[in-house]
Formats: sequence, C-alpha cells, structure tokens
Amino acid sequence: MSIEKLIFEKGAPGRHAPVLPENDVPQRPIAQLIPAGFLRAEDAPLPEVSEIEVVRHYTRLSQRNFGVDVGFYPLGSCTMKYNPKVNEEVAALPGFARIHPMENESMTQGAIQLIYELERYIAEITGMRRVTLQPAAGAHGEITGLMILKAYHEQRGEGQRNIVLIPDGAHGTNPASAALANYQTVELKSDARGGVDVAHLKATLAKHEGKIAALMMTNPNTLGVFDENIVEIARMVHDVGGQLYYDGANANAIMGIIRPGDMGFDVVHMNLHKTMSTPHGGGGPGAGPIGVAEHLVPFLPGPLPAKGEEGYYWEDAGPLSIGRVRANAGNFLVLVRAYTYIRSNGPDGLRHVSESAVLNANYIMRALQDVYDLPFDRTCMHEFVFSADRQKRRGVSALDIAKRILDFGMYPPTIYFPLIVHEALMIEPTETETKETLDEFIAVMRQIAREAQENPAIILEAPHDTPVGRLDQTLAARKPDLRWRPAQPAEIAATVS
Amino acid sequence: MSYVPNTAAEQREMLRSVGATTIENLLAPIPAEVRLKRQLDLPKAATEPDVKRLLMGLSEQNADLDHYVSFLGAGSYDHVAPSLVPQLVKRSEFYTSYTPYQPELSQGMLQAIYEFQTMICQITGMDVANASLYDGSTGVVEAALMAIGPGGRGEVLVSRALDPQYRATLRTYAWARGFNLREIGLEDGATSVAELRQALTPETKAVIIQQPNFFGALEDVQAIEQATHRTKALFVVAISEPASLGVLSAPGAYGADIVAAEGQSLGNPIGYGGPALGLFATRDEFVRRMPGRLVGKTLDDRGQTGYVLTLQTREQHIRRERATSNICTNQALLALGTTIYLATLGKQGFRELGVQCMQKAHYAQQRIGAIPGFKPLFKRPFFDEFAVNCPLPVEEINAELRDRGIIGGYNLSRDYPELGENAVLFCVTETRTRDDIDLLATALEDILEHTEHVEEHAGTTAGAAG
Repeated sequence: MSIEKLIFEKGAPGRHAPVLPENDVPQRPIAQLIPAGFLRAEDAPLPEVSEIEVVRHYTRLSQRNFGVDVGFYPLGSCTMKYNPKVNEEVAALPGFARIHPMENESMTQGAIQLIYELERYIAEITGMRRVTLQPAAGAHGEITGLMILKAYHEQRGEGQRNIVLIPDGAHGTNPASAALANYQTVELKSDARGGVDVAHLKATLAKHEGKIAALMMTNPNTLGVFDENIVEIARMVHDVGGQLYYDGANANAIMGIIRPGDMGFDVVHMNLHKTMSTPHGGGGPGAGPIGVAEHLVPFLPGPLPAKGEEGYYWEDAGPLSIGRVRANAGNFLVLVRAYTYIRSNGPDGLRHVSESAVLNANYIMRALQDVYDLPFDRTCMHEFVFSADRQKRRGVSALDIAKRILDFGMYPPTIYFPLIVHEALMIEPTETETKETLDEFIAVMRQIAREAQENPAIILEAPHDTPVGRLDQTLAARKPDLRWRPAQPAEIAATVS
Repeated sequence: MSYVPNTAAEQREMLRSVGATTIENLLAPIPAEVRLKRQLDLPKAATEPDVKRLLMGLSEQNADLDHYVSFLGAGSYDHVAPSLVPQLVKRSEFYTSYTPYQPELSQGMLQAIYEFQTMICQITGMDVANASLYDGSTGVVEAALMAIGPGGRGEVLVSRALDPQYRATLRTYAWARGFNLREIGLEDGATSVAELRQALTPETKAVIIQQPNFFGALEDVQAIEQATHRTKALFVVAISEPASLGVLSAPGAYGADIVAAEGQSLGNPIGYGGPALGLFATRDEFVRRMPGRLVGKTLDDRGQTGYVLTLQTREQHIRRERATSNICTNQALLALGTTIYLATLGKQGFRELGVQCMQKAHYAQQRIGAIPGFKPLFKRPFFDEFAVNCPLPVEEINAELRDRGIIGGYNLSRDYPELGENAVLFCVTETRTRDDIDLLATALEDILEHTEHVEEHAGTTAGAAG
C-alpha cells in the first residue's frame, strides 16, 4: 500500500467544496462591523481541495488503520470488545445528536431521563449510592473521585490527610491523578500471588498514621487476578480513616458477579468505552462516570438529574459539592450508547458478558502457558499477563513479539505493562470473540514461540506485511516534527535540481 | 440480546480444556461473603428492534435543532456539518480502533491527527498543537496547570467574561491543586483592563480571557497582552466559538502563549454538549510542558515517512506522578471530524464561514435593535453573538418563542445577576437564513405587542379597583 500524501500536498489554489449555505442577508462592509484591528491579516492557510479529494484521502487513511471491526484486538486493560452497530444508529438520531445543552429542561426531557436512568443503572452495577456522568474519561473520573475524597476529609477537619496509596501494578493515571489533586503517592508492593502485600500495607498504614487519604485499587488488578484479601484490605484502610478508590478499568470481569460497593469501595469510576461497549474512537471520546457511597453523595459535582411532578430537571449541587469538573452534562452521545448496551443486555446478559470474558481469558492463558512464562500462575479474570523472559533469552523481546503478531492481521497485546512483570504481554480477549478466533491467536502465539527458538530473525525483522515498517521513535522525539509546513523556496529549488 | 458469540456447548468445551466444569470454578478467588447473591436490578434484556423503539421514543422527547429555529449559543454552536464528515468518521476502521500504540497498524489515525495538529496551528496562528483534550473547559484548566507548573503555587487571573461553566470548572481544579484564582471584573461587557493591570503581581502565572468573550463581544486583546507580558505571566486565550477564527485575528498574531478552545462545532454533532473537543495550542518553547498526546512525523526502517505518538515522556504512563497531566486519551474521533471539516471548507470556506456568521449576526442585531424596548447591552464590536436588554423577562419571552417553534437566546441572568432578568444573549450562525432572523424579529414584536395589550387591560382593571 503506497504512502498517502498529506492533505496539504493535494489540491490547487481556489479549489473548495460547496457546503456552506447562501449568505442571504444584506451585506455590509466588514470594516463597518468590526474594526480592522480585530481582523485577520491573512486567511488561515488551510488546504484547498475538492470534495472528492477529501473523501478519497480520508477513505484511504481509514484503510491504513486497524480496528475491532477489522480483526482481533487483545489489547490488555483496554477491553477492545465489539461495538454494536445499533448503538451507533441511535446515537445519531437528531433527538440526541442535534440538541443544545442550554435548551430549556422542558425541551430535553428525553435526554435528562436517559441520564437519570443511566445514572441509576451504573449505581446498581457498581453497588454505589449515586453516580455522576460528567467525567469525560477514566482519568477524568479518577481526578473527580480524588477531589471528592479531598473535600470529604477537609469537611471532617482532616485536611492533613495527604497520602494516596497506590499498588505497584497500578495504571499510570492513578499516580498522575493523585499528584494533580495535590496528594503524595506511596507505592504498595505486590505479594507473591500478585495481590496487595498485606504485611506491607499494614506497615505503611502504621508509618503514615493520620496521613492516609485513600488507597486506589483495581480489582481484578492489572495482572488480571482477583485480590482475595480485598475485604481485609478495605477494613484496614477504613480503620485508619482512609477511603477506598476503585479504578474500574477492569469492570468487564465483574458485572453481576461482584460489586465494588460490596467489596468496601467508597468511590468507583467506570470506563464506559471499555465495559459498556462504546467505541474507543482511535483514542476517545470515552466516558468515565463515578459512583460514590452514601457518605460522599453531598460532595458530587453538580448539577445532578432529578425527577419531580413536572418531569425531569437538573438540580443544582449543594454547598458541599466540589463543583463542576467540565462544561455540560458529560459525553452525552457516549452515554446514549452505554444506555443502549445496558438495555440490550439486561441483567443476565451483563453477567454473561463478564463470565464469558473470564472464560475466554483463561482459555488462552491455559493454552499458551507451556510456551510463555506465566509469573502468576492462578486462575485469571478477564485478562492475564505473560512474560516474554524466556524468548528474551533468545534475543526476542515483548516488543518484537508484538511486531510479529502484526504480520498475522491481529493487533498485539499491551506490552511492558504492568511494570512489575518483565517483558510483559498483557492479553485481554474480551467476550465478543469466537472460539475460532481465540484458537487462531493461540496458533499464532505458538508459532512465534517456536520461531523464537528456531528462527528469531523473522521476528526481529517484523512486521513484514504492514503499510509501514518499524518506525524510528528516537528520531521522532529528538527532532520533533509535529506539524506540516510549506516547503521554503530554497528547498523547492533543491528538490527540482 | 447478547453479543457473546460462543454457544453454551462451545463454552462447556472451553471450560473442560481449562480444567473447570462450570464458570463458578473460575470465579472461586472472589470471596463468597461479598459476592452478589441476586440478579442485578436492571430492566430485562431487549431485542434490537425493541431497544431502537425505546431510544427513538426518548429522542423524540427532545427539541432538536433540525425542527426548531435556534438562536442559542453560549458556548455550544450550531454550524453546518457537511454530509461527508459523518460518513467518513463512521468508517469503522477509525472508530473501532484505539490509541495508536502500535503505529504500523494505526497510520491512518496518526496521519489524520498530524494533519489536525497542523490545521489547529493554521487557524490559531500558534506554533504547535496537541492531539486534543476533553473539551474547552478542561482545556482551560490544563492551560492554567501548565502555567502554574509542577510547584502548584501561584495565582491565575481570569476574566469574568470567560464562559461561566469554564470558570466553575477552573474553580474546582484550583481548589484541588491549591493555586489562587482571582476574577477580573467587566467594563462595557469586556474584561476591565484597568482592573487587570492592578491585579497583576509577580505571583501571577497566567491571565485567562476569552475571545470573543461569553457575551460575544471582542476583548481588547492587544492591551491585555501588553499588560500581561509586562509580567512573567502567560497569556491564555480561550475560544468557544472557533468559527470566529475565519475572520478574527489569530491569537498567535497578538501574542497568546496558550490557546485553549472548544472545537466541537467544527464538524462534530452538538450532542447536548458532549463529547466535545478540546483544542490546545502553544508556542514552540513550551512544547515539553504541554499536556496531552502529540503525533510526530518520522521514518520507518524502510526509509518511508510514517507517524508515531511522540514526546511520551511527558505522559502519565511513563512519568506517572511526575507527568505534565493525568490525561491518558484525546478525543481522536472528534479531532478526525474537525480535520475532515476544515479540509472540506478549506482556506476559502473557512473565511466564508466567519463572514457569514458575522454578517448574519449583525443583520439580526440590527433587526432586533429596531424593535422598541430591545436595546443592545454593550457597545463593543461582536462576532456572532450579542447581548440585548429586553423589555420583558427572558424566561417569559423564551416560553412564548417555544410555542412558535423558536429556541430563543440564553438567559444571562442565571450567571450574571447584575445584568437583571431581562438580559439575553442571541447567537446567529451561518445556519440561520434571513427568513429565520425575520421570523425571530416578528415573533419578538408580536410577543411585545401581545404583552402590552395584556398589561393595558391589567392596568385598566387595577385602575378601576383603585
């Protein structure tokens, strides 16, 4: 597949697509409307292309991109499940896609009702008292949750609590969010079974007595294992006045089986773009609603949807609320898709989703553990982590394996995460893959393991079959080229000669 | 309805192969005492036709912009979305992909984001733009955090004419991060430059204004820039109406250090305010302090041009608690929509967009201003939104307009009680026709006349009683 030129390198001066309406009001000289000092000196140098050129260009770019609709995408921790088409269709309805956030409540009853009900569905699934749908992504949910905990501690006169405990296997957003909320982070070690080291936790809690604000945890954790000590851990943290934050990145393993609220968590975020099947969109938009326990409800950002005698309305936040965390009511069109998914599946369907996700992960793990190292050999939940240490001794790294997988028309697992596993390969198949696809992936991974023994060169030279080969990351970072610029006259002359 | 493809028989076979008899064997690590021992209390599953009918029913209880003539802006703008934009964004190779961590299989999205970064620089006049942030409001927060820096201390000055929702969001983060936020008051519907000059101190890390501001009025950006840059503070320009850049000076041309804008209206659905698209651009010297993802151009091992995520050492997955921001994603799909939109309008169309908004809004202001009792609130030049003082409370007028199929302007008294309950903000973009505007003006005249009649009657009755 040949390289597609940049849109800026196409077209001709004066070319454009006729998409604007008629300017049918009486025209006045611009200088009479706005003083010259406020006006652009020259037009923005955007492309000058026709409609067909735009369509072909972006269609070709799409052909150089891989999505769940193209093939298997076992990217650990990202839950790349099938994105149902009905969700897309309803989210495009004008009654959702074409409504203004500032319209009178009487004009948007359907939207507020949907938000009101979705809030309650997520509260039920997570076992929390109330939910806000404002946060735009998981990391946004994290910072919102941490701010709620901060407000809670301050209101109790315990603003000195400035430490957030984070297990060493946690997502990088956890410490970054904690730092943004002005917390110090203290790392917790994992034990030999991959869970939180309870003895280390005990010592840490004692060492920082009176300073612990919260523990942030993912359960199942990033190794894909369920921390059996969760009830004990929750009790220990609560006993010293700390709160528990649940990173819901792995909620696809637990729906209808266990709820964070019942495990003892006080704040939970959920990634609707993972668990609730809304598309990842190449990196967004997602949605990261958070749920809180009863004692934290007054601190939620507002406004929150409410239902009265005259219908649904937005209720302003109370005096203890942390305030807004963004403009408007959240990533509404993402929420519409998540709502549709929950209504399509129902309670039994959601449980079947999680159970099947767990089964698929165990199926791959057991079929490959003789050829890849499994540092934590336990029944896994919806994902698991191999180490490519054995292959590394033959000169083949996790990165090399990932690149070789590309040759088979599949997306590779997440690599080098979590940080506590050397040469990590984090595999999450999700529930929406057929047994044949899983078997095919297993066959590919076995072949690559064999190649690492017999013919490592074929792995080291991979990928062979992609539109571009391995890209030079060092060059990109050393001499950042972050935008196109028109060629200077001297360069043009050089090219011609 | 289930999207799980494997049959019960296949699942039994898979269970056998992992040495389990039932799924319960796999769930054994979960402590029994905290397991959910009942079914989730949710509505039962629905078939695809049923769920479609249900959602269609909900959607029909909303007044959409295709069936109502709207004059609402106030941070969310309705611009024409060419048909090709949603068609291309719906290519599922794009929308079912994730963050391009493996660039070899993600060149399409990476190249589109590189084009996006370029176009955002072209319209803002800035040196460098990131791959996008959540929305305009959190983009302004990120600008403040970037100016404050890793120490987390200092003061940020913010204009009272910045979108009230942006200011509210900024207040939340300022409290959590622990920096001071001070509001600069208004003079004739724009930031008071005199008050700003007084407020600037060596502790000031950033000055945040909006252009055009929340009232649609144009700020005296040159005076503000000069005052700001007499100190070490960064000059942050927020933009919620990006179509204005078709005609107004680019922030890069008047000395902005950071531009944080809302880009949703450039090709993406308005969608009740979300998902939105945070545009974020700055100057070259700040690139390594910038939040969010960046796509860069490089070469592959065959010598071909390719694109990758770059400068990731700023980001949370590498830097953890020392990252420049906790943001892990961008709004890639909306950035793609905006890229396609800007390519479609092109150099000429983007200017034409700005001119149309400006001409149509000024026509509307003239028409409405000619109705007795309706007076422009401010004398400042404006782009496509303008504030008007009405002879009646805005809520009353808007209720009457709704009955006529018109969505009226934004009631400013909610956020600016000092303006009284009769202050309204009208927005007129290129989507409005002359007929639409005349319809609004006629309706306002009609409402006024009708109310005067009612009041005359009420006055007569009251007089008789007295």
